[in-house]
Amino acid sequence: MVQQSIGERVLRKEDLRFITGKGNYTDDINLPGQAYACFVRSPVAHASINSLDISAAAGADGVIAVLTGQQVAEDNLGSLPCGWMVHSKDGSEMKQPFHPVLATDKINYVGEPVAVVVAETYLAAKNASELVEVDYEEIEAVVDISSAQSAADIYPEVPGNTVYQWELGEKADTEKAISQAAHVTRISLTNNRLIPNAIEPRAAIADYNTGTQDLTLYTTSQNPGLARLILTAFVQIAPEHKLRIIAPDVGGGFGSKIFVYSEETALAWASMKLGIPIKWTAERSESFLADAHGRDHVTEVELAMDDEGHFLGLHVKTIANMGAYLSTFASAVPTYLYGTLLAGQYKTPNIYVEVDAVVTNTAPVDAYRGAGRPEAAYLLERIVEIAAREMNLDPVEIRRRNFIQPADFPYQTPVALEYDSGDYEASLNKALEMADYAGFAERKEEAASRGNKRGIGFSCYIEACGLAPSQVAGSLGAGVGLWESGEVRVNPTGTVTVLTGSHSHGQGHETTFAQLVASKFGISVDDVEVVHGDTGKLDFGMGTYGSRSLAVGGSALSKAADKVIAKGKKIAAHMLESDVENIDFEDGEFKVRESNQSKTFQEIAFAAYVPHDYPLEELEPGLSEKAFYDPENFTFPAGAHICEVEIDPDTGVVDIVKFTAVDDFGTIINPMIVEGQVHGGIAQGIGQALLEQCVYDETGQLLTGSYMDYCMPRADDLPNFDVGMTCTPCTHNPVGAKGCGEAGAIGSPPAVINAITDALGVMEIEMPATSERVWRAMQQAGGA
Amino acid sequence: MELSQRVEIPLGLVQVWQSLNDPVILKQCLPGCEVFEPIGDSEFNFTLLAKVGPVKARFKGEIKLVDVNPPSSYTLTGAGKGGVAGFVKGFATVRLEEKTEETVTVMTYSVKANVGGKLAQLGARLVFGAARKMANEFFTNFVRVICNDPDGKLEIKLETVKDV
Repeated sequence: MVQQSIGERVLRKEDLRFITGKGNYTDDINLPGQAYACFVRSPVAHASINSLDISAAAGADGVIAVLTGQQVAEDNLGSLPCGWMVHSKDGSEMKQPFHPVLATDKINYVGEPVAVVVAETYLAAKNASELVEVDYEEIEAVVDISSAQSAADIYPEVPGNTVYQWELGEKADTEKAISQAAHVTRISLTNNRLIPNAIEPRAAIADYNTGTQDLTLYTTSQNPGLARLILTAFVQIAPEHKLRIIAPDVGGGFGSKIFVYSEETALAWASMKLGIPIKWTAERSESFLADAHGRDHVTEVELAMDDEGHFLGLHVKTIANMGAYLSTFASAVPTYLYGTLLAGQYKTPNIYVEVDAVVTNTAPVDAYRGAGRPEAAYLLERIVEIAAREMNLDPVEIRRRNFIQPADFPYQTPVALEYDSGDYEASLNKALEMADYAGFAERKEEAASRGNKRGIGFSCYIEACGLAPSQVAGSLGAGVGLWESGEVRVNPTGTVTVLTGSHSHGQGHETTFAQLVASKFGISVDDVEVVHGDTGKLDFGMGTYGSRSLAVGGSALSKAADKVIAKGKKIAAHMLESDVENIDFEDGEFKVRESNQSKTFQEIAFAAYVPHDYPLEELEPGLSEKAFYDPENFTFPAGAHICEVEIDPDTGVVDIVKFTAVDDFGTIINPMIVEGQVHGGIAQGIGQALLEQCVYDETGQLLTGSYMDYCMPRADDLPNFDVGMTCTPCTHNPVGAKGCGEAGAIGSPPAVINAITDALGVMEIEMPATSERVWRAMQQAGGA
Repeated sequence: MELSQRVEIPLGLVQVWQSLNDPVILKQCLPGCEVFEPIGDSEFNFTLLAKVGPVKARFKGEIKLVDVNPPSSYTLTGAGKGGVAGFVKGFATVRLEEKTEETVTVMTYSVKANVGGKLAQLGARLVFGAARKMANEFFTNFVRVICNDPDGKLEIKLETVKDV
């Protein structure tokens, strides 16, 4: 028997179909009689709509209908909701503007959908969309986040354009620590706004059956269960049992496909209204305009230390841009996923963070790979590095002096979280060895002999993953629970179908989850099939984001598999005429302890479905179990990233010559998949650090609306990554896993910027550190 | 984008001023201009075919003359919509001064433009390059037309005052 168990590099089962063109993405699906939708989008950022004339478009060739925000309003669809209620310091609830499915009388960002044209072909819909006449009366746009709070209000219900003023930690203690400290390091920094750029743009087909009154929505979602809940309970498109959401193969999400957007919602509504299937696939320009963007913070930080560099207090003041509306998760990102992470890997006794969230006339901003945690890691690892330089301490030494030690776990931070496990020094030591830190001085000298500036930068990040203990989430204002569902169906021949509420859009769950369950049962990975992404097949589930799938979804499967084994023992005890207490299950066999009597897993499965020799009086037939797993705590992946750069002083071009990442993700099921996740995360982090920047001009026009102006990392921007692992298993979930999906994007940006500033001998440089910025920094430092 | 340039024209100030107010001449000089017709005392309709980088579109809109101080200065403000290509908004201030000794008019103009929609998303920097080129062409054409210089014998020097 081929057993591929936990810890083996099993090749990804899903890749055969992906690399042979046999994947089934939303745009691959075509339904008989389907129509096509094209959205009319605002070319201006802030305006009242004086008039909207659809007559020419409605009469154009091939057009079936032109639907507007007015009709959405007449049908009483609700606001697209933000799922987390955040309270301000003064106890007041956050201020939320109404987020219409289609704009009715006012525009709040460029690209906001105003109407949808449904036609027999996409070309006809697109041509007709140009005939929709909208008279916009422009209003001055609010774009700059630093001045948004003093600008004219965008919404009367959001005074001062301020959604909330949130705080966490002890203000007085922190201020006292700072005022009495031997040394205080202060910096201001910007976390640059990013556009997600999943390789597959968003797409959907809504199919309303007028006979059964069932609505099926095929869509590019990371969480079809959650999307169904939002569309039914909040937006009130259809009753929950009449809406089926299928998220088939999805080509990347990075957070941007968590959210319930206008377009998919409008499509579902339009299909019900018109009684036909309607398809929409975003053009890349639409993705730039209307996918939720990421990051976009401006922050001031103070770090107080004693004269030996021990951290005494950290004060953080951030303004976070929400964009024009509060997207599904938006309010939680700069608060619960950010402020709570500011202890990092360090024993800073006093921490206080204030976050003002503002609305602006730009696309909504929400979770993007890391979501809040990259922003936290960036400011912390930047200020720690700068503090080391100011204190004339080795950047490695200052971190060691402040690390939470293995004996300190469980460790209660001053910012609400309790870390369960970790060994930060172990990861750092391994990374130092892999990166040959000892040989850096020599490499720097050698680079100098070639005229290049070489620098090294560190980042010891932490993140909170495995979202989330439902009661903690609820106390923080979450509108939902954050458990996960899992079902393990053993088929009569002993193969297994696994159903999970998690969703795979590139993470390789079909392999990882198969490995997890196969190893539980001692069967081959090839005998396990993973089903996900269809609310018609699955129990309600919460989906995939926040590196939660294995830690939460995998734990649900692990518990369901345990139930299968427990039942299998009862069946085996009957068949082997023993007591259930004397049955052991190992290596795929149920054995009577201290005997040679046994039944294979397959024999037990067969007996469960063909119960001729079976304890029917006390046991139901069948072998299928489910579990809902609610985590006890977050998980805390952490690690050390070391980046080494060489800079050409003539051009300012940064070459990342060496990148080392050592991560502690707890138990690892498939190291190959984990390394792939780390590689992808680091690539995105390097993209943020060196290349990517979403730019709006002062009138709210998006200037980086294509790959001509928005620079994504390419293979030749990246080195071969040296990736290593350490392991302190998660103490509170049955798998021991902590999550690995976001770590690369969280840990890498500060390592890159620390390396560049080290090479240049400057303290600060903003992301993205383009060759122009680096060159200018060199001119200013007089070092060219 | 803001561009300001200065050019010397070997004609009297009044003649230059009259030409600046002649829709036929303006249409003739504006590259890609298909329609330029008065719809009031100081307002014009225009249609202009422009190709900017990957975007080719026909822009339709209105231009208005404001702050008119004959015969020495006016400001043209206008906006054009290019359908899905987006829109252009801007203004141009033109000022004339006569050199005292000779029959030479110094024309100084400054052009400010903003773009929106697809034009902004797909390459604002291309758009501004194209707008500079269009301004250069317009004023060069203008001087040639009013000086009756179709063969381009006259040396026209556009001196840049500001370009940001």
